[in-house]
Amino acid sequence: MNRSKTNVAVGAFVALGVVALVFMALKVGNLVSFDSAEGYRLEARFDNIGGLRVRAPVKSAGVVVGRVESIHLDRDTYEAVAQLRIRPEFRFSTDTIAAIVTSGLLGEQYLSLDAGGDSLYLKDGERFIKTQSAMVLEKLIGQFLYNKAAESSGDKK
Amino acid sequence: MLDLLDRLGAVTLGALARLGLATLFFGAVFARTWRGLKRGALLVREIHFSGVRSLAIILVSGLFVGMVLAVQGYEVLQRFGSADALGSLVALSLVRELGPVVTALLFAGRAGSAVTAEIGLMRATEQLAAMDMMAVDPISRVVVPRFMGALVSLPILAVIFSSAGVIGAYLVGVELIGIDAGAFWSQMRASVDFRLDVLNGLFKALVFGLAVGLISVFEGYHAAPTAEGVSSATTRTVVISSLSVLTLDFILTVLMFRGLN
Repeated sequence: MNRSKTNVAVGAFVALGVVALVFMALKVGNLVSFDSAEGYRLEARFDNIGGLRVRAPVKSAGVVVGRVESIHLDRDTYEAVAQLRIRPEFRFSTDTIAAIVTSGLLGEQYLSLDAGGDSLYLKDGERFIKTQSAMVLEKLIGQFLYNKAAESSGDKK
Repeated sequence: MLDLLDRLGAVTLGALARLGLATLFFGAVFARTWRGLKRGALLVREIHFSGVRSLAIILVSGLFVGMVLAVQGYEVLQRFGSADALGSLVALSLVRELGPVVTALLFAGRAGSAVTAEIGLMRATEQLAAMDMMAVDPISRVVVPRFMGALVSLPILAVIFSSAGVIGAYLVGVELIGIDAGAFWSQMRASVDFRLDVLNGLFKALVFGLAVGLISVFEGYHAAPTAEGVSSATTRTVVISSLSVLTLDFILTVLMFRGLN
């Protein structure tokens, strides 16, 4: 009698552990929403990727459609090459613009795909033709100052 | 001067002898693990003793750690206007670090010390010698089930701790402070990866279970057979377990999470 009570308690303990693990997988983690092995690969080249990181989300109209799988530098062209893993149910036309944008003012950077109108779709391993690099704050400020200076010198003339 | 050298030499040799003894003992335990595993009933009893009966302390600690994390995290995050990230902050710290480490520390205090005291007292009252006389191998009868009990219980307890912590953070963050529930969960899910974070945390807990289990059975088995010997062995279990858990955690963290971002 005593032993069966122990068995029941241990069984309940293990079951609780499994429930906690399922909770971790479904509610806390992202086991279901994203599987790294699934989907097809696309490539995007940028002059500057800013703060984009591996595993950053790829979004289209704000909806997550994939992840950044790897980032490396092209040794010949000095462009940053980002490999994307896109979920198989989404197709993107060849003139889709891949842009690196920031969520919020200081938030994480992600890759945004702005769908184009072409009737041809990108296939596994192909590359985005139109890309837009990350906004670098220093460059932006520099450009702004330059424009201001140009403006005021134009006024004097 | 010679006295000092003499003492240094004695301490070094003593430490080395202890290390050698521990290595031999661990080898003996591993060699008998399979034989000990066949005695399922004993293992179940030990999981009950060190796992099930640690559940209360683990659940309550987890809940409160999560609640404190939510309050403190909110204070800092709202300064940057990103209180919505509270979910991912709490979940990542729990799943990666606090869950396995705090569980292992509590487990060493709650169950490891008890195992050491039990085996040490068996040694002091010559029960282990009596078993040997009856051709019952004390290592596979007494030591292996207790070691396996710790190894099995700790990962389960760590997952339960992390879940309780997340629920505690939810209660404080969403119900009390009033963060949006959708943002809380979606931020959490966006940043916690099941394989990289949850499974690595589980692996950490497994390593800690191995360390705490081995240390507590070793200290008990080789305790001096006196009341004082058992008491100092129990203290050593808690101290050495805690230190090795923290050291191992640093090593594992560097191996697992460095260069991830």
